[in-house]
Amino acid sequence: MNALALVSQLGGVVLAVALAPLLAGWVAQCRAWLQNRSAPPLLLPYRTLRKLFRKDAALATQASPLFRTAPYAVFGAMVTAAAIIPSVTTDLPLARVADAIALVGLFATARVFIALAAMDIGTVFGSMGARREMMIGFLAEPALLMVLFNAFLMFGSTALPTIVKGTLDADGLTLHPSLAFAGVAFVMVLLAENARIPIDNPGTHLEVTMIHESMVLEYSARHLALIEWASWLKLFNYACIGFTLFVPWGIAPHTAGPLGLLLAIVWLLAKLAVAGAVLAVIETVSAKLRIFRAPEFLSMAFLLAVLGLLVHLLLQS
Amino acid sequence: MAAVNALATATPLAVLLELVAAWLLVGVLGLARPHRIAWVARLLFPLGALVALAVAGMGALALSADFAMQSAVLPLGLPDLPFHVRLDALSGFFLLLLGSVGAGISIFAAGYFRQGEGTAPGLLCLQYHVFLASMAMVILADDAYLFMVAWETMALSSYFLVTTQHRLPEIRRAGFLYLLMAHVGALALLLCFGVLHGGSWLMTFDSMRAATLSPAWAAAAFLLALFGFGAKAGLVPLHVWLPEAHPAAPSPVSAMMSGLMLKVAVYGMLRISFDLLHAGPWWWGMLTLAVGLVTALFGAVFAAVQTDMKRLLAYSSIENIGLIFAALGLALLCYAFNMRPLAALALTAALLHALNHALFKSLLFLATGSVLHATNERSLGKLGGLIRRMPWVATLALVGTLSLAGLPPLNGFVSEWLLLQAFLSTPSIPHAFINMIVPLGAAVVALTAALAGYVMVKFYGVIFLGQPREPSLMQAHDAGWLERVGLAWLALGCILIGVFPQAALDAIAGVTQTLLGTVIQRGPAPWWIAPVAQAQASYSGLWLLLGMAGVIAVMFVLVRRMYHGRVRRVSPWNCGYPELTPRMQDTAEGFGQPIRHMFGPFFRIEREVPSPDDQLPRYRIQIDDRFWHGLYLPLARIVGWLADALSVLQRGRLAIYLLYSFLTLIVLLVFVL
Repeated sequence: MNALALVSQLGGVVLAVALAPLLAGWVAQCRAWLQNRSAPPLLLPYRTLRKLFRKDAALATQASPLFRTAPYAVFGAMVTAAAIIPSVTTDLPLARVADAIALVGLFATARVFIALAAMDIGTVFGSMGARREMMIGFLAEPALLMVLFNAFLMFGSTALPTIVKGTLDADGLTLHPSLAFAGVAFVMVLLAENARIPIDNPGTHLEVTMIHESMVLEYSARHLALIEWASWLKLFNYACIGFTLFVPWGIAPHTAGPLGLLLAIVWLLAKLAVAGAVLAVIETVSAKLRIFRAPEFLSMAFLLAVLGLLVHLLLQS
Repeated sequence: MAAVNALATATPLAVLLELVAAWLLVGVLGLARPHRIAWVARLLFPLGALVALAVAGMGALALSADFAMQSAVLPLGLPDLPFHVRLDALSGFFLLLLGSVGAGISIFAAGYFRQGEGTAPGLLCLQYHVFLASMAMVILADDAYLFMVAWETMALSSYFLVTTQHRLPEIRRAGFLYLLMAHVGALALLLCFGVLHGGSWLMTFDSMRAATLSPAWAAAAFLLALFGFGAKAGLVPLHVWLPEAHPAAPSPVSAMMSGLMLKVAVYGMLRISFDLLHAGPWWWGMLTLAVGLVTALFGAVFAAVQTDMKRLLAYSSIENIGLIFAALGLALLCYAFNMRPLAALALTAALLHALNHALFKSLLFLATGSVLHATNERSLGKLGGLIRRMPWVATLALVGTLSLAGLPPLNGFVSEWLLLQAFLSTPSIPHAFINMIVPLGAAVVALTAALAGYVMVKFYGVIFLGQPREPSLMQAHDAGWLERVGLAWLALGCILIGVFPQAALDAIAGVTQTLLGTVIQRGPAPWWIAPVAQAQASYSGLWLLLGMAGVIAVMFVLVRRMYHGRVRRVSPWNCGYPELTPRMQDTAEGFGQPIRHMFGPFFRIEREVPSPDDQLPRYRIQIDDRFWHGLYLPLARIVGWLADALSVLQRGRLAIYLLYSFLTLIVLLVFVL
């Protein structure tokens, strides 16, 4: 472990935390363009954060300490997750602390905390949102794990840097059929887990159809800011997981110097821009599903990922 | 001084036997003043907890690397059939589990049991400590005779504990069902031992180890063991007694049954399949794996729709036992293909999950006990908001909840992580079909683990969060200090194993060394595990915890420094609806609804939906187990019918009975001559 590794580790985390609102702003802008609306400013999320942090927190009278702790816990889990995803470089000292299974565990921790906090006040929408979020979560989590399993089996490791290295070291571009299945499944999980359109609508104002929004209705000011920031960070993390699994080109290897790292950051920005635009397209061309159809959508993602696993094992033997 | 010297020179096995005797003594002392709660609860139960700690210490000694197996013959039992006892790493591990978790439960029980709840406290104390002692003796037994005696003592003492409130008919019914299933299982075990001696008619485990069985007989012994221990552990379809007996028992007893007794069944399974039968062909592992996975999924799905908090936990126990048996099956499978390191990994996952489950499930059962005492309510539909009235219990239960949900950096995550790692390595099994089918088991494990998270959010959210659903809950009081200490002890175990997982794996290494002759790779530090290879997979609970805590601390300070920490207390917004009543919250039924919807075919659902013009609309739903109606009730009918048919013989006249004996005698004489 050298100084550069530590710097890139810390820098990677700061970069993720700093860039996450930008990605959210970019997706919102693309969506507006595609839908012929005038777009909100790209930097709106940052301004929202500043506004929220400045305000006084209005807390329900019966809110317990758990309610106030949860935003910090959710944010902490998401930042820790960002620390172990090789978004810029594979030389991450912390990636040996927690592998991809722990990554899924961190997402689950965040989800459980936010669902518990939503039930704390005892409002109509809070508990309904918590139930729906857990329903989505319990199907999305194994689906994500199965997507990751596809990569694990291919490279014999659950450590994300090793998976990136495995793809980068492979000669030429070989298309793995199992990864195609996994890729589709991953996009479906990403949409569901980040409260995106076929499952949930981030811009909705109709309480009955909300999932994520209805859980955080009682939050305000700095608590809301942390939760929003964490959810943007979650989208950022998911995008970076997608890059590591399916398009790892551009991620700096262990041997890269400072210049290589800068180049990797440029690569990351380019990939994020494309991914954000693609996400906006998907959201624009699809309609929101009824909540009862969400389990079908997610079980399809789960089955696709399992199918990918089966394809890999069949081809291997 | 002499006593200290004697203790220093005594072998761990001898000390353990004395400790078991001490448990029995503590139990008997309870009879001296059976109705004095101060005597029983304030003195005897804490004494029992101390003994339990000592048992745990002796168990830990047996796990150290330089410990040589010890055995002894006791001057007890029948003249030609003395009791044999033995202490090796496997029994050491389970004694460690029994002692450490038992100590927490005993401390809690000291504050929990009170006068006027069914059985007299002194009698309860006897049953309780006989239960503990019999579990220790099952683990120490080295011959079939002592094993069965201790096993039956365990079943009987727990039966009496379950039926503490025997005046209630449904509790008597639950107790009877438990006793019935316990004996069906014990019968299978008896037959199993009958096969295992292999014609030598020697009942010691040593002779059973040496016996060579034909493959068919070995398979029969294995299947009987799986049935017998499965009935005790609650494998599907032998699980029906669990959701009845666990809620019926007082909470510390539920905690002991779920946390400890089920693990004794796991011990028995390990002892017979690995130690006495030396494992077998691959289909043993495949069968155990399949049964385990089905059980796990079944338990998780049923837990999600329960409306009684203790039934919910009972189904969750079924789920966890399923995971343990799945890991065990995986170990058997890999062992059959002579893949020792992988078998060791799976076995480690099984053992660690057994320990973890003992810790967090006991913790949660005890927490339900505190809730029950504070509110007199077991039904989730009448609880809520207790985090504000019972902050201690709520905080400690949160640790158990998060552990059971398998979240890092707590202990439940570590064992699930190990299990998934074991599944990941299975494609290297040299068999064309198995290496394709088995990795898919990981999908079931992942689904089960995620469902456990769902169940736990429901459990915790409905009991402790939200608004109180009944006005009486506003008078709920927090648990007493003894109860808190018991809960905190178990919660500490959950956190420590989660943060220092390698320390727990070191303890387990002795067991895999004994059973499989190999150990998994050691991690670089007590807080860092890397069971296969560091580059392949490693996990450090401590660093993860520090990372999360660091981010939270930095963020907290930053927000305070750069902005402020002002808070205004207002009434909840609730989207502008003016009135907020507790009935607006999600109920336990409502929270389980998505699962009921998705896994409909699993359940037998009876619904009563009101028609639009009902004056007193009533909505009722009952969710039953299909096995109960599809398997057990028909079986009971057949047994009843057979008994009716046989009752023709029963004439009630002495002459006819004499005729029966005479005829039997003649038939036997024909055979003999």
